[in-house]
Amino acid sequence: MARPVQYNVKNEGGKPIQVVDSPAGYGGEGFFTAKLSDVVGLARKNSLWPLPFATSCCGIEFMATMGSHYDLARFGAERVGFSPRQCDLLMVMGTIAKKMGPVLRQVYLQMAEPRWVLSMGACASSGGIFDTYSVLQGIDQIIPVDVYIPGCPPRPEAVLDGFMKIQDLVGKESIRRRTGEKYKELMESYGIQ
Amino acid sequence: MRSMALTNERIQERLVEKFGDQLTGFEEPYGLLTFIAPKALNLKILQFLYDDAELGFRFLTTLCAVHYPDMPGNQLAIVYHLHNLKDNVRIRFKVFTPVSEPDIFTATNLYATANWMERETYDFFGVNFVGHPNLKRILNVDEMDYFPMLKQYPLEDGTRIDKDDAMFGR
Repeated sequence: MARPVQYNVKNEGGKPIQVVDSPAGYGGEGFFTAKLSDVVGLARKNSLWPLPFATSCCGIEFMATMGSHYDLARFGAERVGFSPRQCDLLMVMGTIAKKMGPVLRQVYLQMAEPRWVLSMGACASSGGIFDTYSVLQGIDQIIPVDVYIPGCPPRPEAVLDGFMKIQDLVGKESIRRRTGEKYKELMESYGIQ
Repeated sequence: MRSMALTNERIQERLVEKFGDQLTGFEEPYGLLTFIAPKALNLKILQFLYDDAELGFRFLTTLCAVHYPDMPGNQLAIVYHLHNLKDNVRIRFKVFTPVSEPDIFTATNLYATANWMERETYDFFGVNFVGHPNLKRILNVDEMDYFPMLKQYPLEDGTRIDKDDAMFGR
């Protein structure tokens, strides 16, 4: 009797298996050369550890994204960490009150470089419908953001799309970016370091 | 077992018997007995409603303030909601105070639960609960320098520059 699991073992069903493309380089029997930044980018983007900072309904959509139907694990991100020091990607999902602002900033500061930030939904990106004295009008007022996902709340497909945009950024990032002048300027504009 | 349920009429009778015509404005919107009291009496009324064996209002459901900017001398109302858990009866009473002098006695010695409620009321309306053990902001950021629920302050965040007023009918 055929094994029920056919896709990831021998591909007996004949379905196309997608393997991540190797970076541009020169290869022969038993060796392969490529740019270090390409290889590092490839490794980083397919093993991101997200830190979910979920404060409201967007967090619920994220839970669906982590579930078996949408399955963020397909993108190498099944290891959701809840300690900022071990994570690469801060996912801010939900309304951030002004009182929560310093907490979010603290979490960001505790993350080790390289780190990325994804802002999910209208509230995290702009304050959303909560144009009021107690709500932060977008988390980019206190921390730099790499990708914004629109929606209220965004569907899991949109979260996956946003996550793939992050993967693009991570994969193409120069290994010198984090030590460069421009990055330093960005950090200084947020009063970091 | 109590032979007769506690009615609004009976509660009003007992209150008037005790405090006379100092209590005014008795009404029963949606069956909830409501009245207005002088602010100096707030603790005496709470204590009476708490101690009295027949009334037994031992639970403070909520406490909050209302700002009426058009009522000079009575701009701030502090509203108490009480619950008699035994007979399942609720009542409500209000005291008024000028916004320039928002001092009122704290209920924390009678109800421990009043602690956070009074902090919240202070946080949003600036009501000064005299005798409160820890009267400081509870929900808003500590650096806030005004009381946001007073109606002279705008609800919206003042830092937004991307909003076109014409699109919001302003």
